Amino acid sequence: MTNLVEVRNLRIEATTDSGRVVEIIKGVSLDIADGEIVALIGESGSGKTTVALSLMGYARPGCRIIGGEINVNGKNMAALSEKQRAKLRGTDIAYVPQSAAASFNPSSTIMEQVIEVTRIHGLMPPEQARKRAVELFRALSLPDPEGIGARYPHQVSGGQLQRLSAAMALIGDPKLMIFDEPTTALDVTTQIDVLKAFKSVMRAGGIAGVYVSHDLAVVAQIADHIVVLKGGEVQETGTTAQILSAAQHPYTRELLAAFEPKPRQAHADADAGAKPLLRIDNVTAGYGAVRADGLPLIRAVDTVSLVVEKGRNLGVIGESGCGKSTLARVIAGIHPAAAGDIIFDGKQLERGAGKRSQDQLREMQIVFQYADTALNPAKPVEDIIARPLAFYHQLDRQARSKRVDELLDMVRLPRTLRYRRPSELSGGQKQRVNFARALAAGPKLIICDEITSALDTVVAAAVIELLKELQRELGLSYIFISHDLSVVEAICDEIMVMYNGERVEQITPDRLMAPIHPYSKLLFSSVPKLDPTWLDGLVRDPELVSQYGHR
Amino acid sequence: MARVAASRRSLLGHSYNLVGVVAALVILAWTLIAIFAPAIIPHSIGDIVDDDYFGPMRQGLWLGSDYLGRDMLSRVLMGARYTVGISLAAVVIACFSGVVLGMIAAVTGGWLDTCLSRFLDAMNSIPSKLFGLVVVAAVGSSIPALILTLAVIYIPGAYRFARALAVNINTMDFMTVARVRGESIAYLIGSEILPNIIRPVLADFGLRFVFIVLLLSGLSFLGLGLQPPLADWGALVRENIGGLPFAAPAVIVPSLAIASLTISVNLLIDNLPQKIRDRDA
Repeated sequence: MTNLVEVRNLRIEATTDSGRVVEIIKGVSLDIADGEIVALIGESGSGKTTVALSLMGYARPGCRIIGGEINVNGKNMAALSEKQRAKLRGTDIAYVPQSAAASFNPSSTIMEQVIEVTRIHGLMPPEQARKRAVELFRALSLPDPEGIGARYPHQVSGGQLQRLSAAMALIGDPKLMIFDEPTTALDVTTQIDVLKAFKSVMRAGGIAGVYVSHDLAVVAQIADHIVVLKGGEVQETGTTAQILSAAQHPYTRELLAAFEPKPRQAHADADAGAKPLLRIDNVTAGYGAVRADGLPLIRAVDTVSLVVEKGRNLGVIGESGCGKSTLARVIAGIHPAAAGDIIFDGKQLERGAGKRSQDQLREMQIVFQYADTALNPAKPVEDIIARPLAFYHQLDRQARSKRVDELLDMVRLPRTLRYRRPSELSGGQKQRVNFARALAAGPKLIICDEITSALDTVVAAAVIELLKELQRELGLSYIFISHDLSVVEAICDEIMVMYNGERVEQITPDRLMAPIHPYSKLLFSSVPKLDPTWLDGLVRDPELVSQYGHR
Repeated sequence: MARVAASRRSLLGHSYNLVGVVAALVILAWTLIAIFAPAIIPHSIGDIVDDDYFGPMRQGLWLGSDYLGRDMLSRVLMGARYTVGISLAAVVIACFSGVVLGMIAAVTGGWLDTCLSRFLDAMNSIPSKLFGLVVVAAVGSSIPALILTLAVIYIPGAYRFARALAVNINTMDFMTVARVRGESIAYLIGSEILPNIIRPVLADFGLRFVFIVLLLSGLSFLGLGLQPPLADWGALVRENIGGLPFAAPAVIVPSLAIASLTISVNLLIDNLPQKIRDRDA
């Protein structure tokens, strides 16, 4: 036995609710040497999490491991009894979940939960476990390592919680750590701290790891080997450098291509100087009690002004909590502004959507981040898309049906999809339906609130391409809200950077490399590059980090 | 498929459960009896046909006779009519009003929601049997009065249930989208919310039906329900309670009837057909 982990011809099947059996993992083999980190990448549904979980001998409800060997540290996890597996989990193998916030118990302190593993397995007395935990907190560069254990999960930030869940995994001194998309839910500025912390503890302890992700740039920073999965089969295996420089498989190339900057078409500036489509002057909005001056207690958006010209796009970028989504809701009238003017197409808009005219509502559409919640799960696609047609345009049944077909063509969806319900569509398809509904209204401006954030890199790139095409055909304008710089860069003519409810800078993509405001500098320098040496070589101004980073 | 649980089978894109099917058949049988009772009863419910009271089961009097020597089979069959009919009418009124009010409260919010919720909470705090007693004492016992009383007693529960469900749906983005589109409240509750809560609402409908059957039987047992010679199942149990020491079928059969109906409705709710989402099967 040379490798710590040797998976041979692993097969996992699942039973659907009609009793049909589907093979979701079709003969996967992989090796992990001692102290090596292997990344599993692939789109959603490719089986990467299923493979990672199988290393603990675990298959999710409805799934079964039906064949193959999973040798971890000389033991075949597939053949062990549940009791024997439970003994290895937490001691030999540990797991770091995607959403740390959902994995901590909100009703007990962090320290209690971090040392729980040692109590279950009887590894060490509680006193010693606490000491060890504090050491780990320090190694993971958490602030206040002695005191943080006494807090409750809601009292620390998302990035800290993610590192604490790594501490929880590390306390049993595992030989293998499984990371399941641990940084996907984090901001780029936070992601760097978490990645750096993970990398240093793994290196220091010589621990082997499996890193599940769909973000190639993140994987490039941390992994030694990359395994590319699609449809439950290994497409390609290689060292990180091999995969990044000389990918063989078409799917891997597609993944890489999604990172290449797209050539931007130069905009015909013929109507430059024409009336702006949307102008916002000194808008303030927020939450909480209204104070004497008519402004809310907590200002999520603070005296922000912006201009969107006809046929052009504005990107709004910033970390979570900077007020960018609130800004979108203020413009759409969902969350009425407390102060300021919104002028759309030359006319002043009412602050609340309820008081705006039907045409004003029609001409400005908003598309939300999560297509899962933005589409009514109880209705078929055709009803969802047809409703704005009936509501705004009073089309009869036949005309509606024809228009639904046209709209499905427009967003590149097969027409047969119209009878399906949202739950029967993939993430990318749902987002397209979401977008088709906005198009059905016949808008002039579409506000896109993080519409690609929940999608895989490749799917997101396709959606962005679609938006560009539609813009050319229909002369739309977009306000594009995102925390992902590469997405905004690909589609926007102007980029506005928000921080803490305020607009800090507005720049064009051409000058993206040279932002002036310090926060923009920090934000832009935090976006991971495909270069594997990027993280190690990254030098950040400590003053900037302490001022703007939420550690 | 070999591993499919033996009690699950599929038809028309739904999977069925054996228990659910049996429960549905029992309910269907009682419903048919309720509809056709006047045509199939062997004796009129008022006729005294037996020489003895609390007669045993025998040919001609298949379920024995009651405390006056009347045919028990006929009385149970006719009783189905009143028990099922009154309960069904009451539960339809209660659930319809409760669910519509609940959805409106959730969508509108603000003072309407507060007023409705507090008023119905106050209603909820009145013990149901006591409320029934007071109403019957005040306006007397008639079928419409019974139906309305039972409905009013169960509206607050249905309202609370529907409101809780609708509040969750109301926070979804598609509700925001519909609102920003400028949709009316009627569209919001009928087309966006209702399809998403209809399954739990139906389950609640069934459960509430059971409660109403039991409350109606309880009221009848106390002598406040239907008045003689009409009798629903609860009244049949009460009037024949004297037969208990003789193990008379007259007291056991209506009890079994109540049990079979309520248990079946409960089992049906727990085993409703489920839509199969796997389309390739």
